[in-house]
Amino acid sequence: MSLEKAVSVTINGVARQLSAPANETLLDCLRRHGHFEVKSGCEKGDCGACAVQIDGEPVDSCLTLTWMVEGRSVTTLEGLNDADSPHPLIAAFLEQGAVQCGYCTPGIMIAAEAMLRETPDPTDEDIAIALSGNLCRCTGYTKIFTAVKQAAEVLRAGDGND
Amino acid sequence: MTDQETPYRQAEANVVLRQVGKPLERTDAKGKATGRTRYAGDYTMPGMLHAKVLRSDIASGRLKHLDASKARALPGVVSVLTAQDLPDRLAATDMPGQTGQKRASTDRQILVREIIRHHGEPLALIAAETPALADQAFDLIEYEIEPLPGVYETDAALEPGAPIVTEPDNVVGEYKIRKGDTEKGFAGADHIIENTFHTQFIEHAFLEPEVGLAWVDENGVVNIRMSTQVIEHFRFIADALGVPHNKVRILGAMVGGGFGGKEDITVELYLALLAQTTRRPVRLAYTREDSFVGHGKRHPFSVTHKTGVTKDGKITALEVTISADSGAYVFLSPYVLLYCAVAAPGPYRVENLKIDAAAIATNNMYTSAFRGFGAAQACVAYEAQMDEIAKTLGIDRFEFRRRNFMRTGDKTATGQVVESAIWADECMTQALEALGEKAADKGPVKIGRGVATYQQSYGRITWFHDTSEAWVGIEVDGTVIVRSGVTDIGAGQASALGQIAAELLGVGLDDVVIYNSDSAVTPLAGTTTATRALYMTGRAVHTASTNLRERLVAFAAQELDAQFDEIDLANGQAFVIDDPSKSMTLKDLASRGASEGLERSELAMFRAPFTDPIDPETGQGPVFPDFTYGCHAVDVAVDTETGEVTVLKSVGAHDIGQAINPQAVEGQIEGGALMGQGYALSEELIYQEGKLVSPSFSEYLIPTSMDMPDIQCIILESRSGLGPFGAKGIGEPSLTPVAPAIANAIADAIGTRVFDLPITPEKIVRALREADSI
Repeated sequence: MSLEKAVSVTINGVARQLSAPANETLLDCLRRHGHFEVKSGCEKGDCGACAVQIDGEPVDSCLTLTWMVEGRSVTTLEGLNDADSPHPLIAAFLEQGAVQCGYCTPGIMIAAEAMLRETPDPTDEDIAIALSGNLCRCTGYTKIFTAVKQAAEVLRAGDGND
Repeated sequence: MTDQETPYRQAEANVVLRQVGKPLERTDAKGKATGRTRYAGDYTMPGMLHAKVLRSDIASGRLKHLDASKARALPGVVSVLTAQDLPDRLAATDMPGQTGQKRASTDRQILVREIIRHHGEPLALIAAETPALADQAFDLIEYEIEPLPGVYETDAALEPGAPIVTEPDNVVGEYKIRKGDTEKGFAGADHIIENTFHTQFIEHAFLEPEVGLAWVDENGVVNIRMSTQVIEHFRFIADALGVPHNKVRILGAMVGGGFGGKEDITVELYLALLAQTTRRPVRLAYTREDSFVGHGKRHPFSVTHKTGVTKDGKITALEVTISADSGAYVFLSPYVLLYCAVAAPGPYRVENLKIDAAAIATNNMYTSAFRGFGAAQACVAYEAQMDEIAKTLGIDRFEFRRRNFMRTGDKTATGQVVESAIWADECMTQALEALGEKAADKGPVKIGRGVATYQQSYGRITWFHDTSEAWVGIEVDGTVIVRSGVTDIGAGQASALGQIAAELLGVGLDDVVIYNSDSAVTPLAGTTTATRALYMTGRAVHTASTNLRERLVAFAAQELDAQFDEIDLANGQAFVIDDPSKSMTLKDLASRGASEGLERSELAMFRAPFTDPIDPETGQGPVFPDFTYGCHAVDVAVDTETGEVTVLKSVGAHDIGQAINPQAVEGQIEGGALMGQGYALSEELIYQEGKLVSPSFSEYLIPTSMDMPDIQCIILESRSGLGPFGAKGIGEPSLTPVAPAIANAIADAIGTRVFDLPITPEKIVRALREADSI
């Protein structure tokens, strides 16, 4: 049996102690602790369904060991869905119909949110690059691009009001 | 030329729609956009075991021995099942007898007993306390496979002395269509043009790999919660387990993509066997590699068109020879073959027609359902052929199509009168208009334009006598519940049902809750396949809602002292149309009705048209309920130095009868554009001696955000379909014309054609070199 330890990590703003074996991926650990919004699509870093942010940077949680996030901050889609002020990406995806089977959606929102913090007024190319690690088989990306641009607009309009 | 301005069925056209036809937020969208939707892989149970499947890594062989004793001895391993532990029973792969060509010997063995027919055929099932222990047990199973000569090409499979995949021979399905007199037709032709087109094995590549959780309940019922398009495989599972059909229940969940790849049995058979054996809950989640190796693929087809045409562009005769690689087991190959044969002439008038189609067994992975289902491969061939003919004749490609398009009222290749509008021409005209001006070439980068039009069925083959059920009820507070077995594979199948019920009962979509996808509890709706869910189950919901509505209206008429015809339901109210001040809320109506014993629910069945099978010699007779027509048009840029293709513009124009939710329809068109683009340009499963050597997304390349242009959708509404409110189907049709449109655009750009998909940069450069050297 492999070595296990308690890893201190902040998940969606809440300090947690996650007991995890040395060889467990962050994907498996998060799901084991009820974070089913993090999806498993390939476990090889090819599809992006499992994307989360570590200290604000999008990464594939299937390629990250839980022990590597000791003392760091992890954000999943749940973290963008604050009850009082859900991230504008969520409303934009709903309005634009950018969700179909929904399996890639959490990873795509995680990647898009990180991009929007760096690039508040993204071009199509900016969005394409930001989402290039996230496969979607249902939508053809058209509505996803529109939704990301809509969210960017909402964020720009509301800048400083938070 | 165009009758697009006037809906085909005026009576339907004049109905005021309040919910249907609006781009409403789907009922499933919020749960998915917030990550709260539970997919099948998100369910766990106390005491749950973890399963794994051991598969053959050789495509053709004999299992000489298999020893699981070391795996079984490992503490924490609860069960290892091999063929020796199971009754000698086959697993059915489809409804017996439906093709009329079914051979019992081609049902699939549950686990390999002796002969291995394809790479990935399962050898053993493991259930252990943890996934890690299941992995360890996997490594501890000892086995030896003696390789046997296999056959991996359809031509080779037909040669004398070729290894026989399953007795008696390698031809597992055949269809013929005969119409008119092709000899006479060719005699009257000025040109005869013959070409052969090839398509490849491709993968569905849904983002959610196959997954499920099974447990045996206190009644001895095997319950399986899983990701599937077809909950009604519970019958086959029961047969395989040797238990009555009412002892297996399949519960769906929101499906993370299907595209036909979750149409056949996947994990449920293994889950059921392990749950039955261990009497503990068992979870089985395929890895991505399991998924690549473990489910059927799209059939590679070889399609030869020999077309006779007059010099002014009239088709006088067409002979089509079709051959499909069915892989090692039959699955749905005969149906896929039939779809291809019926679709083979395209949406064109062909009086003299001869089609011969065969599905051939090989030791490749078995092939089965995939969005487009044979009709997509047919379109790859007929639309390329249309461009090739136009080129030979020196007639504009679009004009050549117009001279041959089927028009409303025409018959199909099998003599079936199409009762709905045939707007292939209108769709092409609008798609071309939307493309606008073609950009100019820039040095070695050549710009090309291509279209593909199509005719594609929606609804299952009519001699299957397909039915679908739904239940609609109104609660005493005026809210609405829809119950139906339909599985939602991501296209909004469930939400659309809610929209139909909301329309007819005068409530908003928010007032409707839909319970779906439970084979024991929800009325059985059939499969989410064959572009049938909206058509079939939508009609069942329409009927149930209409019957319920009539009862509510009659009760309201009594309460409001008015006549039945004077009452309408809308905005949560029942009211007198000419005097809306006379009204009552649906809540009051339903609660008063309840106290008076008013029946507040309705179960309805919709029956598709029932026919007898087509004539086996001529192929004449009705095959499908109805057809969708449309067009996809693209502009591409081809770098003639590198062979790189960029899709610049992509437009889908489809007559879908009536959009129930236009936003969801656009979603289908856009998703079809992506899948078709991958089919045309980059996707191919590489099998070497039957062994899949590209089982990952880093080797099997689906289009990404970097590859897709902005896709434009044009929705035409003839309101002439057989679905609710005159809807047709769009799920599969949206994909079908995309790859041939791209192939035609590339040919237009470079002046020569690549005849086999995918059209990779290497093939383009080679084709250009060959064209230069001529």
